[in-house]
Amino acid sequence: MSAPSLAEGTKPTFAAAPWRERAQEALIPPLVALLVALICGDLLILSYGQSPAAVYRLLLEGTWGNAYGFGQVLYKATTLAFTGLAVSFGLRAGLFNIGGESQLAAGGFAAALIGLVLPVGTPLILALLICMIAAGFAGGVVGSVPAYLKTRFGAHEVIVTIMLNFIVLALLNWFIAGHLHVPETLHTPEIHAGVLPRLADIDSRFHGSAANLALIVAVLIASAVWFYLFRTRGGYDLRAVGLQPQAAEYGGISVGRVWMRALTFSGVIAGMGGINYVLGYKHYYEDGFASGAGFLGIAVALVGRNHPFGVIIAAFFFATLSQGGLAIHAFVPKQMMDVLQGVVIIAVATAVPEVRRILRDARKRSDA
Amino acid sequence: MNPISFGTQMIRIAVPYLFAASGGVVAERAGIVSLTLEGFMLSGAFAAVLGTNYSGSPWVGVLCGILGGLIFSLIHAVATIRYRADQVVVGVAINLLAIGVTRFFLKLFFASSSNSPRVAGFGGNINAAGFDNPLLWLGLIVAPVMAFVIYKTPFGLRVRAVGEHPDAAESVGVSVKRVRYAAVALSGMLAALGGVYLALDQHQFTDQMTAGRGFIAISAVIFGRWDPIRAALACLLFAAAETLQIQLQGSHAIPSQFIEMIPYALVIIALAGVVGRAVPPAALGKVEA
Repeated sequence: MSAPSLAEGTKPTFAAAPWRERAQEALIPPLVALLVALICGDLLILSYGQSPAAVYRLLLEGTWGNAYGFGQVLYKATTLAFTGLAVSFGLRAGLFNIGGESQLAAGGFAAALIGLVLPVGTPLILALLICMIAAGFAGGVVGSVPAYLKTRFGAHEVIVTIMLNFIVLALLNWFIAGHLHVPETLHTPEIHAGVLPRLADIDSRFHGSAANLALIVAVLIASAVWFYLFRTRGGYDLRAVGLQPQAAEYGGISVGRVWMRALTFSGVIAGMGGINYVLGYKHYYEDGFASGAGFLGIAVALVGRNHPFGVIIAAFFFATLSQGGLAIHAFVPKQMMDVLQGVVIIAVATAVPEVRRILRDARKRSDA
Repeated sequence: MNPISFGTQMIRIAVPYLFAASGGVVAERAGIVSLTLEGFMLSGAFAAVLGTNYSGSPWVGVLCGILGGLIFSLIHAVATIRYRADQVVVGVAINLLAIGVTRFFLKLFFASSSNSPRVAGFGGNINAAGFDNPLLWLGLIVAPVMAFVIYKTPFGLRVRAVGEHPDAAESVGVSVKRVRYAAVALSGMLAALGGVYLALDQHQFTDQMTAGRGFIAISAVIFGRWDPIRAALACLLFAAAETLQIQLQGSHAIPSQFIEMIPYALVIIALAGVVGRAVPPAALGKVEA
C-alpha cells in the first residue's frame, strides 16, 4: 500500500474529493452487482421461455406494488436487518461472525421459552423487554464462545462460528424434538405473553402479511448501533481495532477486550432478531426457522457497507428478492432468486476491492 | 455389532469426505480458504446426475460432475485471486449459489423442486456391498495420492510455498496466481467427485443432498492440520462416529444430535489447542493489496 504522502510534495485535497470518492466507493459496487444480477436474471428467465420485462414487472408488483407484498417484504427485511447488523458490528472490529444462523435460532428459542413462562396478561412493553433480553442473552452466549476462543487462543472466529452453528442447531433440535414440542410438530406451544401487534392491526390493507412491531425495534437497534459506533469512545475503539489492530493496541486500546465485546454483542444483536418470528409472526419457536437468514446477513452487511443504515436498505433489497421469487413463481421458478442472491454477493464482493483500486489509481493520477 | 458391516458402512460414508477433504487440503495449503467445498460437492452431484440421465452412462456423469465442480471453483478463483475479493464472503456465496443453481436447474430439467428421477450408477451387486464401485476405490487412494503430490512433486512444493510465503515464492519466479488457480481448480474437481459419488450411490439428486458434508470435510482438514493423510484419518473418524449413530439408532443410548456434534466439537477443541495447536498455512485467507 502506498498512500500519497505529504513528504512527496503532493498537494493534499482533503475537502471535496474524499467525500465524492467515498460516495462512489459505496454506491458503485451495489449498482454493478444489480446490473450483473439483472443480466443473469434475464438469462434464467429466457431459459424458461418467458419475457424478462414481464417477469420483472410482476416481481415489482408483487413486492412493492401492493400492501400485502410490501408487508411481507418488511417482515423478511426485519430478520435480515438484525442478522445484517450483527455481521456488520463484528466486521467493524475486523471479525467475521458467520454464526448468525445459530445465534438467531438460540435467540428465538429463548424468547419463546420466556413467552411461555410469563403469565397471560403481562403488559406488552414489559413482556417485549424481558423476551428481548432473553433472546439477546442467548445469542450473546453463543457469540461469546468464538469471542473467548479468539481472544484466549487465537482460534479463527470464522471456523469456530461455523462449527458452532452445527452444534447449537443440533442442541436446539434435541431440545425441541426430544422435550418441548407439540406432538406431531417440531415447534413449541404458543407463547402466553409478548405477542407483538402487526402492521395489519394498524392498517387493514396489510392484512395477512407478517410485518410487525419488531420492524420498529430493528430500526431502533440500528440507530443504537450507529450511535455506539460513531458517537462513543467504545465505538471508536472498536473501529480502530477493525482498521488496524496493531496500531490500536499501540494507542492503548485492549484489542482482546474489543474482540470479546464485538463478537459477543454481534451475537446479542442476531439473537434479538428471533423476536420477529417468535413474538411477531408464529408465536412459537419452530425448528429451522432461522435457516438461511444468518448467511444472508453476511450479504446484507456486505451490500450495506457495514453502515447501520446501509444495512437496513440492503435488508430491504434482499427481502424484496426473496418475496419477489414468490411473486413470479407461476412463470419462472422462485429458485431463480436463490441464484441471484449468490450472484449479487459474489459481484459486490468482487467489485468492492476493484472499485477501490480504480478510484485510488485515479486519485493518484490526478494528484501527480 | 457386526464389524464387517460396520467397516463397509463407515467406508461408504467416508468416501465423499475423503474426496472433499483432499480438495480442501490442496486449496488451503495454497492459501485459499475452502469454505466452498459444500458448494463444489453439490454442483458436482447435480452435474453428475444430469450427465448420467441424458447419456445413460455413469462415466459421462463422472466427467460432467468434475466439470460442474470445476466451473464453480473457477468462479471462486477468479473472484478471489484475480479480483482479490474476500475469500470468506465469496466462499459463503459460492455455497448459496450452488444451492440456487442446482434448485433452478432441477426445476428446469426435471420439473421438480425436490429430486431428480432415478439414474444409472456403478456396481449394483448386492454381495459386493458397494465395493464394485470404482469411485469408492478412487476415494480410498485419493489421500495418499494427494500426499505424494503435495510433498513429493514440484507442483506440491509450489503449492506449499505460495500458501506459506507468497512473496518469497514470487521472488524466485513462481507465479503465485497460477499456482493458486491450479490448486483451487483441483480442489473443485476433487470435492465434486465426493458429490458425484454421493449422487450416483443414491442413484439420484435431491435438493441440498450434501447436507453439510462439505463442512465436515473442512473440519477434517483443520482437525488433520492441513495434512492429507491426517485429514483422511479424521474423515474416517467422523465417518465412524456417524456409522455408530446409525447402528445405535433405536437404542436411545446417546441422542443422535450429540453424535452429529462430534466433528464440529473436535475442531473447536483442536483450534483451542487442547490437543496440540492447529496452525493454518501462514498466508491462508490473506490478500496482498
